[in-house]
Amino acid sequence: MVPVFFSYFSLVSILAGVLTVALPNPVHCGLALLTLLLHVAGLFLLLNAEFLFVIQIIVYAGAIVVLYLFVLMLLNLKTDERVLHHRYAVILVAAAAICGGLLLMALRSPFQGAKGHAPVEAVLQDGGSYAIGITIFNEYLLQFEIVGVFLLGAIIGAIVLAKTPTAVDVEPE
Amino acid sequence: MFEVGVKIAVSLTQISIVMGVVLLTVMFLTLAERKVIGWMQDRMGPMEVGPYGILQPIADGLKLFFKEDIIPSGANKYLFTLAPIIALVAALVGFAVIPFGPNMRVDVFGVQVQPFVISDINIGILYILAFTSIGAYGIILGGWASNSKYSLLGGLRAAAQLISYELNVGLAIVGVLLLAGSLSLVKITEDQCCWIWNWFWLAVPRGGGVPIPQILAFVVFVISAVAETNRLPFDLPEAESELVAGFFTEYSGMRFAFFFLAEYANMILVSCIAAALFLGGWNAPAPFLQFHGSLEHLAWLSGIMWFAVKVYFFLFLFFWIRATLPRLRYDQLMRFGWKVMLPIALGNIVVTAIAAYFFPR
Repeated sequence: MVPVFFSYFSLVSILAGVLTVALPNPVHCGLALLTLLLHVAGLFLLLNAEFLFVIQIIVYAGAIVVLYLFVLMLLNLKTDERVLHHRYAVILVAAAAICGGLLLMALRSPFQGAKGHAPVEAVLQDGGSYAIGITIFNEYLLQFEIVGVFLLGAIIGAIVLAKTPTAVDVEPE
Repeated sequence: MFEVGVKIAVSLTQISIVMGVVLLTVMFLTLAERKVIGWMQDRMGPMEVGPYGILQPIADGLKLFFKEDIIPSGANKYLFTLAPIIALVAALVGFAVIPFGPNMRVDVFGVQVQPFVISDINIGILYILAFTSIGAYGIILGGWASNSKYSLLGGLRAAAQLISYELNVGLAIVGVLLLAGSLSLVKITEDQCCWIWNWFWLAVPRGGGVPIPQILAFVVFVISAVAETNRLPFDLPEAESELVAGFFTEYSGMRFAFFFLAEYANMILVSCIAAALFLGGWNAPAPFLQFHGSLEHLAWLSGIMWFAVKVYFFLFLFFWIRATLPRLRYDQLMRFGWKVMLPIALGNIVVTAIAAYFFPR
């Protein structure tokens, strides 16, 4: 059963990933991105990472892509003219380098890549959510808190940007 | 191989029973809503079809089934078709993890099955949250694909409202999850065994001890649940007086019926969650209020009955609120969600976490 599901999820993920950048209508691109995220969530499920599966759907599919679509629908972008930026060659090289690096890492992972501390048995015994909680709040507590502070900074920045400036009362002297 | 076959057969049976009960309840709810609101407004409600109008849902269903199916010109045909399906599937899929009765195991041809929950997965409540958030796409896409201004505005309002109130739903249940120490609805319900004060709205520990009541979270959850199901007084995505019918303005026939079914199925789903998380699920308010003694083997029946009573109480609450309160303005809705509900939910998490640390259960 697992190989069947794996090939389904991975093939659709690749297809949706290509469509995300290739489709002409931005809203359709957003929907392709949604399909991609849902199928990657399916891959997590096959790895017994059920917590990541659900969090992926709640956070990415449920909140972030909704906001993307929200903006795209409001703007109603016209994409009849499709021109490449005149310096696209530079970006192409950078993108190729990053993709190549990722591909290298992905190809290495089955043989000599990084291995986690938690063996499969431990995860299966207590469940993925338990394992993730223990790891985050023991080993990676500092990093977790740093991310929290970053997010708080982002929220404060968003509030400052979104706040309508109030007219300053200039007292006549 | 035989075992897999039995498991699939059992699951399919459970799914068809649950689907049947849910869809029957939806049918009954459409009538109940019109009747209850009618009585509250000193009217009779539907009276024409059948005695006291009890056959009205069947007449409504037939009407919708035979109506012409219109796709507006300029609409995106595929997304227009897909949207109601997404909405309905997302609403029905959540019932898979709801425990309708006691957690017992029955032997069917040598395979252990849990008869009263389709699938007892250890992330049950998160699974429901995930799929209700997928349901939002049905509404947004329906609004966008209709190629109509009213629909689009309704869809966008729905998106903003769902995201705002989903957050409150998610935060309101954290307190309960802290107390139960589990994400599985079966375990959470089992934890609230025995007396009415052991349920998580008051949360007195079973052996006595310091109670950590979740009544604030309960109130936040119920209000946010009303908002999440787009019901009055939070029905801005489909406000008749402003947007004709909101995101389903252009829908007709069975596609419209799908949105309708999805809304009512969502109502039942959030009622089930509220009952399971805060009001003890299938647990009776007191041990002597369920079948015991010589009727011990029928205890599951009283469990299901208590669960149904709690769910119907919430469904009645939905109608009651609808008949009582006027619709909020859009800025009031957002302010209420972000400035009132969110701080209460966050405060509840902090207090519950500290209390649960000092008084472990």
